[in-house]
Amino acid sequence: MKTIRRNVCAAILVFASGLAGAVHAQQSSDAIERELETYRSMMRSDPWSNPGMLDVDRGETLWKTPGGPNNVSLEGCDLGLGPGKVDGAFAALPRYFADADRVMDVEARILWCMEKLQGFERAKLLNRPHPGPGMPVKDLGAIATYVAYRSNGRSFAAAFSHPKEKEMLALGEALFFRRSGPMDFACSTCHGDSGKRIRLQPLPFFSKPDEARKIVGAWPAYRVSTAHVMTMQHRIYDCFWQMRLPEVELGSDVPVALISYLVKQAEGGEISIPGMKR
Amino acid sequence: MRQQLRIMCVLLAWIAAAGSACAQQIKAADEVSIDAAMRSAFPKASADWPTRLKGDETMQACSQYKDAPSAELARAIAAREGASIQYPPNGKLRGDWKRGEQVAQSGYGLRFTDYPPTRETGGNCYACHQLTKQEVSYGTVGPSLLEYGKIRKFSEADTKAAYEKIYNSHATFPCSLMPRFGANGVLTIEQIKDLVALLMSPESPVNRP
Repeated sequence: MKTIRRNVCAAILVFASGLAGAVHAQQSSDAIERELETYRSMMRSDPWSNPGMLDVDRGETLWKTPGGPNNVSLEGCDLGLGPGKVDGAFAALPRYFADADRVMDVEARILWCMEKLQGFERAKLLNRPHPGPGMPVKDLGAIATYVAYRSNGRSFAAAFSHPKEKEMLALGEALFFRRSGPMDFACSTCHGDSGKRIRLQPLPFFSKPDEARKIVGAWPAYRVSTAHVMTMQHRIYDCFWQMRLPEVELGSDVPVALISYLVKQAEGGEISIPGMKR
Repeated sequence: MRQQLRIMCVLLAWIAAAGSACAQQIKAADEVSIDAAMRSAFPKASADWPTRLKGDETMQACSQYKDAPSAELARAIAAREGASIQYPPNGKLRGDWKRGEQVAQSGYGLRFTDYPPTRETGGNCYACHQLTKQEVSYGTVGPSLLEYGKIRKFSEADTKAAYEKIYNSHATFPCSLMPRFGANGVLTIEQIKDLVALLMSPESPVNRP
């Protein structure tokens, strides 16, 4: 009788400590998450605490200062709302541009203006367009960060009304689910479910508007681990690197299509540039 | 007569509205456009890439149905992918779990910065799975593999099943998210054996938390 009671008590203690351990782990995880959220809200309350603001500043200077072989500023660049109109332009992108006869996101459009207005060589702008760790974002990316910043507080509202915009959106959705390469990865392989992570990096479920709205508006973002601003085209380039696919060209239809899909999923979500990432 | 005319008008108006609503929906992209976009977006890719950018028959099917194939299609995929599985020549499925842990930890290989390669390609298993208790930096895209062998009583049948899953996951789970490590030539048979040992050896830390 005593043995049975002892065994039962021992069993209850083991079970309870296991449960307490699990509860404790969850509480620690919740406590960490609360601290991180406090940190994040402090960063949000003082926008100048984000080092990415230095690139917003630099981007503004690059936009307004004459440059390139033609020695003109980008103030004549039409981002979709008329030449030189920056406020709200990012919120309406990607969109179709008649002069280029193409749908463009903010970086593809700035590339166009740098080439056509300022006379920069397209091939040079496309060669190694993204920064390595510890290096600042390149000029094109800094300008894109500034332009995006000037849509802060607005919601994503790209119209996707022009036939080519609809085509680009359809292409983006198809590409999001397209599996290929040696690892058979699609975007949806990692970004196709809620609550999943790679190692310790949480993965947003981009086909769920709720999640897309929380995430897409934070890009371009300051990446703490590499100490630079990462633009959306750079983020997608990096995805393809991890997916074991080749180097995707900045501003080409594939990233523009995927950005169209993401922005559509994030429709109504708030733009808050620059974000802050790991 | 007037009543019939009125009904006809209402019906025609409804059909017209329905028709224009359909026109608002976005038509899915066609294969030709997708292929063209993929080919032009990777100008630095070497000559063997364009076909790999498309994906084979199984990948095309999984892409089309967003990894949720019909039962009939799933059977066809399982049969096709099962036929690709190559077993070790001497029939021994378990290798060295210590090497297996290294393969599971390593994410090296096949990225465009990994050329020319300076070491063997890794399986990067921890990106998606929990394996040992000691490694806390694990992903959750795939199920936890903690105590994998112990739960299955280290059976020979499950050892073979584990080998097959790693070599070609689609033989067991059509449109699985898991890469076809053996069939796609990502890992060698020796590396897969080492991973099988990591999962299915009693001495492996996976089974000794």
